[in-house]
Amino acid sequence: MAPDTNVPALEVHDLTVAFDRKPVLWNIDLVIPQGKIVGIIGPNGAGKSTLIKAVMGILPLSSGYTKLFDLPLNDVRGRISYVPQRESVDWDFPASVMDVVLMGRYSKLGLFKRPRKADRDAALDCLRKVGMEAFANRQISQLSGGQQQRTFLARALAQQADVYFMDEPFAGVDAATEKTIITLLRTMAQSGKTVIVVHHDLQSVTNYFDWVIMLNTRLIASGPTQETFTQDNLQETYGGKLTLLADVGDLIRRESFPQREKKL
Amino acid sequence: MNDFYIILTASLVASSCALLGCFLILRRMAMVGDAISHAVLPGIVLAFLFSGSRDSVTMLLGAGLIGVFTTFLIEFFHKKAKLQTDAAIGVTFTWLFAVGVVLISIFAGKVDLDQDCVLYGEIAYVPLDLIISPSGTNLGPKAIYVMGIVLVLIIVFIVAGYKELFLTTFDPAYASAIGISTSLWHYLLMSAVSVTTVSSFESVGAILVVALLIAPAATAYLLTDNFKWMLVLACAAGILASLSGYYLAVWLDGSIAGAIAALSGIIFALAMVFSPTHGLFFKKLRQVAH
Repeated sequence: MAPDTNVPALEVHDLTVAFDRKPVLWNIDLVIPQGKIVGIIGPNGAGKSTLIKAVMGILPLSSGYTKLFDLPLNDVRGRISYVPQRESVDWDFPASVMDVVLMGRYSKLGLFKRPRKADRDAALDCLRKVGMEAFANRQISQLSGGQQQRTFLARALAQQADVYFMDEPFAGVDAATEKTIITLLRTMAQSGKTVIVVHHDLQSVTNYFDWVIMLNTRLIASGPTQETFTQDNLQETYGGKLTLLADVGDLIRRESFPQREKKL
Repeated sequence: MNDFYIILTASLVASSCALLGCFLILRRMAMVGDAISHAVLPGIVLAFLFSGSRDSVTMLLGAGLIGVFTTFLIEFFHKKAKLQTDAAIGVTFTWLFAVGVVLISIFAGKVDLDQDCVLYGEIAYVPLDLIISPSGTNLGPKAIYVMGIVLVLIIVFIVAGYKELFLTTFDPAYASAIGISTSLWHYLLMSAVSVTTVSSFESVGAILVVALLIAPAATAYLLTDNFKWMLVLACAAGILASLSGYYLAVWLDGSIAGAIAALSGIIFALAMVFSPTHGLFFKKLRQVAH
């Protein structure tokens, strides 16, 4: 399948995700073109990680649907990669850096097949791209935070996907790693890959991202950084709206339990 | 020859348990193994009542189903009732175990099964239950065949699904992102644990099988940083415990299964102190050297 560069990398329609009937994401609609470095920003609990997990099908959707390259998720699994939050795994696990990067090849291998030399070479090549080739046989428990992040990045690269979802790759890494990562993301975007990054640090947004998604349970704005990353939108994303949104959430929850209202 | 039969059976049980135990402890599910080993009791009793014999296949099926049902119940309580995992485990397995105890006491007269046997096993009887071919040749104890088949099945399962088991254990979120079903592999692993527990219970009992599920795997975890070596070392620790435990029991004239479980604990303690990487002894030595 020749990738058509005009098809949007990601489309989200009317997406709602709720835990316990409390909406974490509410009515999200957005379209992301290919070849962009996209930042998802918003306050804590705004649903940033939830958005990428829902798009990848790790979390169930309450309503709405998503499409990647105009196809449903299950048809494009092989073209999606994911860099989870560093803290989400146990780094004391008995595995080497190479073992972790090779996991990126698993989806290409299929069931019952073992990684071959070609897979090892590909993994080593990805380690080289993140400056970690000397650490291939290192125990993952001996890595620094930045090295852990580079290992995860190398694993995602080894997958040779077209869309990459990254959950806070810049959190708690050293300056050198941050620079390596952003250089890598730019190279990826230049070769037509789409990179969608959950991001915390507002100061680096204009510098790093071509496109921003501003999120606070509902979508505040999505568009090219220069037009979208404005004072007004920031105010709306982070400003004194938190209490109001919580009230809306409360109202919605009460409406879905009319019997309780009657008892009161 | 009887010594050999008993040690071989114990080693087969210990190896099967050790292999699965490695996955359990890395998934932080050691207590789920404990829960399954107890919760299969009603399954064993019911299968016993329905089939009226110690026919291993019926038992394996009955208990295997109950084992998977146990994990399902634990997840259900955890996710739907918002109960903490440890509380969900505690409620589920004690309840199922209690049902099993009641069933045994009701039907105690009718079935050839007693609580002591179920709880503590009796590996010393292994050489008595022989398979005799139609021509009258002694083919050896039945337990060795059953446990041998179980061990081969588990090795096949781990070798065939190595990538998927390894990935879903290390990073389940990434596994589901690339389209590997974490719940499928979870339930497959839990079925394997159930089958192993049930087939082992006749020889080591429902309580001691937990020691063999956890202790050798925990020992191996302390001794290596390589997962494949961890699997090998866990088996080695289990076999060592079986061998030394048997001779300890003979020397003390005590329970064989008890001695094996006690020694797997002692082997763990030795690893804790003398492990070259994590051991207390070498850490102290390094501190002094500095």
